[in-house]
Amino acid sequence: MIVVTDYGIGNLGSAQKALVRIGADAELVDQPVDLSGVTGIIMPGVGSFGACVTALHSSGLGSMVMKAVDLEIPLLGICVGMQLLYKGSEESPEVPGLGLIDGWVRRLEGAPKVPNMAWNQVEYVNKGEKSFLFESLPNDPWFYFVHSYAPDITDDTVAKCNYGSGFSAAVSSKNIFGTQFHPEKSSGTGLKLLSNFFEYCERKASV
Amino acid sequence: MPNVRVIPCLDVDKGRVVKGVNFVSLRDAGDPVELAEFYDQSGADELVFLDITASSDAREIMAEVVLATAQKVFIPFTVGGGIRSNDDARLMLRSGADKVSINSAAIANPKLVSDIAFEFGSQCVVVAIDAKMAGESSYEVYTHGGRVATGIDVTEWALQAQSLGAGEILLTSMDRDGTRDGFDVSLTSLVADALSIPVIASGGVGKISHFVEGAVSGHADALLAASVFHFGEITVRAVKDELLRSGVSVRPYGC
Repeated sequence: MIVVTDYGIGNLGSAQKALVRIGADAELVDQPVDLSGVTGIIMPGVGSFGACVTALHSSGLGSMVMKAVDLEIPLLGICVGMQLLYKGSEESPEVPGLGLIDGWVRRLEGAPKVPNMAWNQVEYVNKGEKSFLFESLPNDPWFYFVHSYAPDITDDTVAKCNYGSGFSAAVSSKNIFGTQFHPEKSSGTGLKLLSNFFEYCERKASV
Repeated sequence: MPNVRVIPCLDVDKGRVVKGVNFVSLRDAGDPVELAEFYDQSGADELVFLDITASSDAREIMAEVVLATAQKVFIPFTVGGGIRSNDDARLMLRSGADKVSINSAAIANPKLVSDIAFEFGSQCVVVAIDAKMAGESSYEVYTHGGRVATGIDVTEWALQAQSLGAGEILLTSMDRDGTRDGFDVSLTSLVADALSIPVIASGGVGKISHFVEGAVSGHADALLAASVFHFGEITVRAVKDELLRSGVSVRPYGC
């Protein structure tokens, strides 16, 4: 089963609905659950970085996520959920992120309009081969973004995007993944990415 | 220029789409969920549902539509009409809407914009503005479906909405709405150029070239239309093909 963390901010149910659509067994959880049957975790996030960090921790879901990472259960952060994986964000410099991925989240610079609320193309940053997240997707696929901040491009970046300046659109480090875009709102392309993540979780759990 | 979005708008009354939709491929042309799925498949970048239900149980009926849509539609969608409080916004967002649009209620109580933005984030707050020409390059804000003049200047209100935390502005030209004469590009560019948040142009589309005008001359970040899509006169695909041919960057059909 895939669990989708629901720490009470905004519409966090879309990812769960998208997973159900692709045939995954997915549940929205608002408090920590027993991880024994959990094959993967999706951590969405909207609103401000600081509010998300606070809500994640006060719901107890933050420690569940950290425990899952220790158990090598695959984790996918979406939008602010991806940003939470980093050390911190310019948006709320006083609040540390989970620090699971090296790097920082910064305000979008050089763009005429912020937030970036649009479909944008991402470019793969391949390390030998393209990330399994993008399997069966064409080069330079389109995804839907809504954000004012984004992570720096680092060694863990597997797809980058340009909006005013370049930023990390997707990240992969061990069993930790993140997308700055919303796969659950990116029509068929996004559903394919979620399906790739789900299949990865299934493969990993069966080993 | 950022990539422009193409947004069909569905008017919903008591849970049913109004304005005579009739596509051969649809089983039930009045079903908002089926129509929304159709637009997702057709390459629409986003959808807007405008709830025009007048009855007291309007919110509950719309919440059911939103819940059913969210299970089948995987592009962003906004719900507007009758949202007057954080509770109304919460009901729609928890039912699966990505954004809520507020219009008259925001004029009556501007704090509603900041309250919703504070609780749910700016990304889900759309402030809808109905504007009518009041003089040479001057436009006045109207409320209550265009029936009530407010005396407020459109740019002034749009800037205030932006500073209150609106994530984008849905700007409808009362002069053009329903005319099929094209977007009011003077109004659109006036507001779009003044703001740092995206502006959705609305009102007046009658043919494909109007979409290009809205983006190129109106500087709109997104282009909204209703009847031309619903009557099947223009497809989302044709709009995107024409935008691309005209040098406007959009997500192409099939991507």
